[in-house]
Amino acid sequence: MNRYILRRLLQALPVLLGITIVTFTFIELAPGDAVMAMILADMQTGGRVTEIDVEAMRKQMGLDQPAPVRYFRWLGELLQGNMGERIRSKLPVATEIGRRLPATLELMALALVIAIVVGIPLGIVSAVKQYSWLDYLLTAGTFIGVAIPSFFAAIIAIYIFSLKLGWFPTSGYSTPGQNFGFWGYLFNHAQYLIMPATVLGLESIAGISRYMRASILEVLRLEYVTTARAKGLSRRLILARHVLSNAMLPIITIIGLRLPSLLGGALIIETMFNWPGMSILYIDGVNTRDYPLIMGMTLVSAITIVISNLITDIAYSFADPRIRYE
Amino acid sequence: MNRKILQRFLRHRLAVASVLFLVLVLLLAFPLAPLVTSGDPNRIDFKAIGKPPSIDHPLGTDMTGRDLWSRLVYGGRVSMSVGVVAVTIYVTLGVFLGSVAGYYGGRVDGLIMRFTEVVMSFPTLLILITIVSIVGPGLFNSMIAIGLIGWTGIARLVRGQILSLREMDFVTAARAVGTPQRRVLVQHVLPNVIAPIIVAATFGIAGAILTEAGLSFLGLGIKPPTPSWGNMINEAQQLNIIETKAWLWLGPGLMITLSVLAINFIGDGLRDALDPRMTLD
Repeated sequence: MNRYILRRLLQALPVLLGITIVTFTFIELAPGDAVMAMILADMQTGGRVTEIDVEAMRKQMGLDQPAPVRYFRWLGELLQGNMGERIRSKLPVATEIGRRLPATLELMALALVIAIVVGIPLGIVSAVKQYSWLDYLLTAGTFIGVAIPSFFAAIIAIYIFSLKLGWFPTSGYSTPGQNFGFWGYLFNHAQYLIMPATVLGLESIAGISRYMRASILEVLRLEYVTTARAKGLSRRLILARHVLSNAMLPIITIIGLRLPSLLGGALIIETMFNWPGMSILYIDGVNTRDYPLIMGMTLVSAITIVISNLITDIAYSFADPRIRYE
Repeated sequence: MNRKILQRFLRHRLAVASVLFLVLVLLLAFPLAPLVTSGDPNRIDFKAIGKPPSIDHPLGTDMTGRDLWSRLVYGGRVSMSVGVVAVTIYVTLGVFLGSVAGYYGGRVDGLIMRFTEVVMSFPTLLILITIVSIVGPGLFNSMIAIGLIGWTGIARLVRGQILSLREMDFVTAARAVGTPQRRVLVQHVLPNVIAPIIVAATFGIAGAILTEAGLSFLGLGIKPPTPSWGNMINEAQQLNIIETKAWLWLGPGLMITLSVLAINFIGDGLRDALDPRMTLD
């Protein structure tokens, strides 16, 4: 197992390297750079910049070097554990990301938990009561869950649950400037967290319950289930003891596959709910053409995805004794 | 053969209803748009700024005083075009890369699949935001960006299908009579992959419409004043608008949801019709 994990991690390295090259190339191919972005921003606020300033600023930011030189310099620093500094503010990229990443991961984690806890039972009910009105209702629900854009779901949620019913705050991370004590803070924070996490998890609830339903129906057709039924076991017992554990296996992969889109979805949800995660930082980085920041954030996201894929595969091999990685 | 496919499709009632719905939407958005609206989605009515639905403006007006019914109709034109064009781009790319990888195998296959893995490891929206905000938002750029990112699924699908088809007898036979490689691929192998591609492309259009809406919502997709369903909602982000002017966001939100829903139903119906073995349940 350890060798397998090591091999997978080694295989991930060229993928991650590829990602940094592709991202860097995109940033380079585009017209303009961080200095131009800065000048544009200044001009909008009425500032003036001369030709000499531009060259000096480029030099000061290290942008006067050719692209490959800058890329390898960045890569060299990265290999020593340094993600560089933001171009304008000179703040370390790692610190900036470290400050924002936990909130995003928190949101994603809860969304995933909600998706699993809600999606799997819904899928089971749907499969067991196949072709009943409940099944049709849930199937319609999953189709809508996939079709509704997350920001529209967010607006509806804010409209109903915040503005009309007043159950949850409209946006933010916690109520500032108050001393609740630990449990009080936790309760307060949970009120802010529940709505964005649920909206973010909506599409995954739909996806997971849909696959759970299909997976159970597939297992129900297998011969060992017929055997169990022939032995005279009750439907409930067959379902609980024989079907569920096997039907659950492919769901592990489905959950793993959802992570990239969950991360993308988090960007929109964070904007909508003013959540202090990576979204605002990323959009700021892109607008100011802050390439160390963009590179760092893309890399961190990609690593998150690669690692979660690995965890998915390992979890799968633990759950299914038929699968063994050497 | 084809009649059977049609019959099976017609049996999927939701899919048929969805086709009718989409035909209506497309008719309104394209040929009929100038007839059913005032013709200019950007015309400003200074006497009606942020007004609820009325006789003059059946869906109300936005905060700039533009007629929302016109914007919804013309926005449909934009959203639908982005979906179709982006998917056309990525199906072309995906079929090309997937079939080359699957048919030639070996080092070519390894290289293409590694590259596919790289693109797949990006969170789509993240890289889209990077591309679009750098090349600049806009209709054309959004189409290209979504097209450049979306091909991986199709490529893997085509490659997988071809890997199994490659070993089939009819391909060996074609090769045995001396058919050139490229012709075997284009004339004998690819036609057998078309059904799953059509299904995947249909679902892809729905996905692309959602992606465009997401980008435009963030202000990085279609640039105002050109209306798209996504950027119409972008203008309705403030809390007081959400609370007191629901007509600003309800229409475009519902149109995105219903169109995506309809396209997905059609995809579902096509999957049942084209290959009965491929159904989920």
